[in-house]
Amino acid sequence: MKVIYTDNNATTKVADEVIEEMVPYLGQFYGNPSSMHTFGDQVGKKIRAARQQVADLINADPDEIVFTSCGTESDNSAIFSALNAHPDRKQIITSTVEHPAILNLFKFLRDKKGYDAVFVPVDKKGHLNTDMLYDSLSDNTAVVSLMWANNETGVIFPIPEIAKKVTEKGILFHTDAVQAAGKIPIDVKAANVDMLALSGHKIHAPKGIGVLYVKKGLKFHPYLIGGHQEKGRRGGTENTVSIIGLGRACELAAGHLPVMDKAVRQLRDYLQDQLLEKIPGVSVNGDLDNRLPNTLSIGFDAVEGESILMLLDKEGICASSGSACTSGSLDPSHVLLAMEVPFKSAHGTIRFSLSHYNTKEEMDHIAATMVSAVEKLRAMSPFWKDGKMV
Amino acid sequence: MWDYTEKVKEHFLHPRNVGELKDANAIGETGSLNCGDALKLFLKVNENERIIDASFMTFGCASAVASSSALTEIIKGMTLDEASKVTNDDIADYLGGLPKEKMHCSVMGKAALKKAIANYRGVQILEKPGELVCECFEVTDLEIIDAVKENNLETTEDVTDYLKAGGGCGKCLDRIEEVIASVKAKG
Ligand SMILES: Cc1ncc(COP(=O)(O)O)c(C=O)c1O
Ligand code: FES
Repeated sequence: MKVIYTDNNATTKVADEVIEEMVPYLGQFYGNPSSMHTFGDQVGKKIRAARQQVADLINADPDEIVFTSCGTESDNSAIFSALNAHPDRKQIITSTVEHPAILNLFKFLRDKKGYDAVFVPVDKKGHLNTDMLYDSLSDNTAVVSLMWANNETGVIFPIPEIAKKVTEKGILFHTDAVQAAGKIPIDVKAANVDMLALSGHKIHAPKGIGVLYVKKGLKFHPYLIGGHQEKGRRGGTENTVSIIGLGRACELAAGHLPVMDKAVRQLRDYLQDQLLEKIPGVSVNGDLDNRLPNTLSIGFDAVEGESILMLLDKEGICASSGSACTSGSLDPSHVLLAMEVPFKSAHGTIRFSLSHYNTKEEMDHIAATMVSAVEKLRAMSPFWKDGKMV
Repeated sequence: MWDYTEKVKEHFLHPRNVGELKDANAIGETGSLNCGDALKLFLKVNENERIIDASFMTFGCASAVASSSALTEIIKGMTLDEASKVTNDDIADYLGGLPKEKMHCSVMGKAALKKAIANYRGVQILEKPGELVCECFEVTDLEIIDAVKENNLETTEDVTDYLKAGGGCGKCLDRIEEVIASVKAKG
């Protein structure tokens, strides 16, 4: 069965061009980039080029790029570095809708390390309550960490505006741009952020490679202490193959930004319109005008997400649901709960996340499959009768 | 992805006895929209207290649908006395087992059956005896004690898997732990 992949916020296909770039460095060129011989430096050169390619995607300098093992490591290193920079400051601020890479780290710091963690709420559209954020800032604030774009809804936070206000007060600002990178333009210089995380596997590079941007001049406290790699900011022999792949992926992503903005956005909007038109009792989550161009989080009243996914899976369609549906709680995701999405549609929320590999035919197939899946599930739902909720 | 048995998948994709039973004379409802799953069970019982037909309507995940479907198949033809002895394990076994995290689906089936039988016999089930422990999922201490004893549960996660209690806001987790400890203390 042909796979229709619309789960690109979970992970992406490694681009053929990326694989092609990587293969020689998996086999033939196995040298250590730090070695004092030409054989090793062949890899060293390639890594310097990759560092430049990554820097170009976000308008950074190559020196400001630190390669890590994943987005989660980038997020963790950023926060720990900030705490080490200001050991006297005990307040840390983030939002209620972050990825677990930040959310659970903040809870850990609160519960086990005695930090005063502030989780700034969002409104029904997923927008941050910035007044509350600014009111919380104080001399005691060690770091503010906010995601650039939300993985579940695609809602974009106004990072440049927020970073300006936060850093003006002498407070460090980190942003988790794992979902934003490659989908919307990012300019770290204009945005004025101190640190920024991105992850390879969301932009058609392999899993297990991440980047932490560290602004020039910022005193960085390494998380992995070891060799002199990454200018002492992250010990450990480089994941050469993946770094080289990521470089190429960033170059491709930069070229694809206009495609994201136009073609992918049109496909996403087409799928959204089809679903809204063909299925009653449907609502889109998040601010429609301020979303990643590839993301559609959409709730279907009176049906449950996992059941929908199973019926999509039967047709080879890959998507995600808004409810974790683990550990018996079946609770809708913390993101939807924070946005006060009503239970009636939160449980039946599906996230479609597209890439430039998707086609209009695929969207038609998804829409048709969704029509019959929702119909089938509503026919057995005690909360749906005669075309509406009961 | 959940490790569902072929039987669970088959009962989800082709559920038996779906829909309202027009001439049902016993109905049992459990769960709610907020919980994320709910089951409405319809029975047609004859004068000899035998279940001659059963159907269901379910909102929930694949294993909730499969458990409901299995339940109706199991109890059709049984007398009410026989049916009242059906346990949640019987439902899970019929499906070749359920992932541990999904055992609450079979518990839901058992609960709806109990209510339907009471409904037929005109017995008022006392609405949730005991002290309310989990507000999110309306679970009482007595229910937790029963589940812990019957299924030999050890941790709060076990209780959440079976009853969902604790899986929402989580503020009741300490209290659940106390209840588990009290059962274990008594042996
Ligand atoms: C917003 C966000 N932050 C962080 C991560 C973690 O990235 P990684 O999987 O590379 O650790 C993800 C993806 O899973 C994400 O969506
Ligand atoms: S009260 Fe038990 S999970 Fe909220």
